[in-house]
Amino acid sequence: MKESAFKSVKDLPATHVLGSGTPACAGCGALEGIKIFCDILGDKTVFVNAAGCMTLLTVYPFTPFRGSWIYTAMASAPAGAQGVRDALDLLIRKGRLKPKDDLKVVVLTGDGSAYGMGLSSTSAAIYRELDFIYICYDNEGYGNTGYQFSAATPHAARTATSKGVGGYWGYKKDLFSIWAAHRPTYVATVVGTEPLDMARKIEKAKDLKGSKLFIVLSPCPTGWRFEPAETIEVGKLAVKTGAWPLKEYINGKVVHTKIPLPRGKRPLVEEYLKRQGRFAHLFSPTRNEEVLEEIQARVDAYWEGVV
Amino acid sequence: MIRKLLTGNGAAAWGARLAKIDYVPAFPITPQTEIIETIAHWIDKGQMDCRMITMDSEHSMITAAGAAAATGVRVFTATSSQGFLYGMEMIYTVAGWRAPFVLVNVSRGLSAPITLEPDHNDVLAARDSGFLQIHCATCQEVLDSVLFAYRLGEDERVRLPVIVNLDGFYLSFTREPVEIPDDKKVDRFLPPYDPEETHFRAGDPISQGVVVLGGSQYSYFRYETHLASLNALVVFEEVSIEFKELFGRSYQPVEAYRTEDAEIIFFMMGSFATKAKDAVDCLRSVGRKVGLLRPRLFRPFPVKAIIRVLEGKKGVAVIDQNLSMGKGGVLHAELCSALYGVADSPPILVSFIGGLGGRDIIREEFYEMAAVTMKAIERGETPPPRLLYTTEEMMRMKGLQSIARVEQLKREEKR
Ligand SMILES: Cc1ncc(C[n+]2csc(CCOP(=O)(O)OP(=O)(O)O)c2C)c(N)n1
Ligand code: SF4
Ligand SMILES: [Mg+2]
Repeated sequence: MKESAFKSVKDLPATHVLGSGTPACAGCGALEGIKIFCDILGDKTVFVNAAGCMTLLTVYPFTPFRGSWIYTAMASAPAGAQGVRDALDLLIRKGRLKPKDDLKVVVLTGDGSAYGMGLSSTSAAIYRELDFIYICYDNEGYGNTGYQFSAATPHAARTATSKGVGGYWGYKKDLFSIWAAHRPTYVATVVGTEPLDMARKIEKAKDLKGSKLFIVLSPCPTGWRFEPAETIEVGKLAVKTGAWPLKEYINGKVVHTKIPLPRGKRPLVEEYLKRQGRFAHLFSPTRNEEVLEEIQARVDAYWEGVV
Repeated sequence: MIRKLLTGNGAAAWGARLAKIDYVPAFPITPQTEIIETIAHWIDKGQMDCRMITMDSEHSMITAAGAAAATGVRVFTATSSQGFLYGMEMIYTVAGWRAPFVLVNVSRGLSAPITLEPDHNDVLAARDSGFLQIHCATCQEVLDSVLFAYRLGEDERVRLPVIVNLDGFYLSFTREPVEIPDDKKVDRFLPPYDPEETHFRAGDPISQGVVVLGGSQYSYFRYETHLASLNALVVFEEVSIEFKELFGRSYQPVEAYRTEDAEIIFFMMGSFATKAKDAVDCLRSVGRKVGLLRPRLFRPFPVKAIIRVLEGKKGVAVIDQNLSMGKGGVLHAELCSALYGVADSPPILVSFIGGLGGRDIIREEFYEMAAVTMKAIERGETPPPRLLYTTEEMMRMKGLQSIARVEQLKREEKR
């Protein structure tokens, strides 16, 4: 494997491909992630989007993207990517498009689509070894419709449809493993607040053939309820506490790209939870020790299995 | 040119082959399967230079079809019934992309209850989608309509996807002699697809299906699509002349059969119209002045062509092979709105529902419909809509119901 061009944060592109002035909320972690993708993928791209917050990036007659864009529907962005990829290949093979005018096909969907409604079309695309990049910006809920829980919502989080004392009853679905079980070319978890890790992964995967899939944890001030200025800190805590493992799947193996400090030395998950209004009911009026312990135990158990 | 015995499905596949399609996203459903099987077979044998891909659903299939068309290749796909409805979200969406391709729908009644046999509720669910719709009555028409459809949809004044509809079983599996047009002539009629500016390529970015802010912008794009659909009426006439010159067959947006001196007209779509033709001949032989008018083009709705035929007629028997629950026949409502307020239009439009789930409409029922319409004309009063169903059918149904009841009693006894 060739060495990364990104040795330190200073090596990351200084000028951005994605334009500014989008309708996304201030401090949107999803947008931070997408910016890094655009910087590294360049402008020879066509983004195939599913319904979600990022659909509002292109509002007629403006687009922040330098490349092309097609909005499909909530369930079928990977199918749209299949159509575009196949058509580009056909045009090149039949001499109707110059190979230099080829594009990278990039699916962009939220977690609601990726973890749920879009799973069938995604599974089918991976199984067909579709040559594409999938960016799932994971804000852990149906953000665009007012932040209801999705299959990506973490346990106990309060959302518009889990306002009860316990918050969300469910547990976040393990999409990384579901995707990896398809044995695609590449799967990674990333977060925009770890730009170096993210840039290296995109760089490594982008020119490989086949399905390259990314789950981008996307701190969402509006849904998670924290101040927009705190996005970076929240994202960093997700990694430091071990709540969001950074890893990749390649050549049949899962490798963790950033291992938090050992148990006892790393900050408790509650440091991460405390920063978010969606978990406030776990801390006041009284601490919900039981749930906090359960969440911590799950994270600890995860890392015990890794190290 | 060769002549072959082809099923409606075979004719649809031949249409796709002659159109030199680039791409076929597919998903199987009875009674459409023969179309995609035939194309797959031709691709395997190297007789078509085309990529076929089986998707995970019709929703995905129509997404891929639209996305590939938007990228600039010629796309064909086919479905039926449940599959058609499963993809409905995308049927509306891809029309908004203004991405032309051809979708053959093999009509089949919708669940529940389940049937494999045809009626038109599936395809009519796409009535307001922006897709053009051509409805076929013969296998020859199926093949020709696929070629026609590409010319219509790809025309720069239209740029819309097109549905070519044929009835399951009655056409899909019925063999008829079909003229397969000469390859070279088809190439003259249908040159390769030129997407002009509207496709994805590096250095020339475009955005498709974007958000608009507010009703004004939204209305603009919706009106544009509507007007583009109406343009297809003009394009149809032009294409029709060319088609006649090259292949000798003439197609109008409506088929008028023995209508000129007719007083009463049967008005219906699809292959069952051939049954109406037969009834017209019989009624004519006993001196009844009856004719048939069959819209081939359903979207855009060829209002002018319909008025031209129906002007001065005394009455119309509209036979709907569909049912809008709580309202009645869709075609009847369409015709009423097209004729209302038009001078000299027929004062009597009688509504009949028949042929649901492939139920036959026999000759005698056509006689009866003509008689009912005649009586209505004489009285100057339109009777309520009629659901075609005979006493014998009702008896058979009651028989089945009593068997069901006995079976249930037996089960209860066992418990
Ligand atoms: C078929 C369908 N059902 C529901 C919706 C409504 N809808 C629009 S965006 C959205 C939420 C999508 O959630 P996610 O994929 O997580 O993206 P986010 O909004 O969080 O960015 C929903 C439910 C839709 N557009 N289409
Ligand atoms: S709701 Fe969250 S994900 Fe959506 S735009 Fe706002 S901050 Fe970003
Ligand atoms: Mg979301």
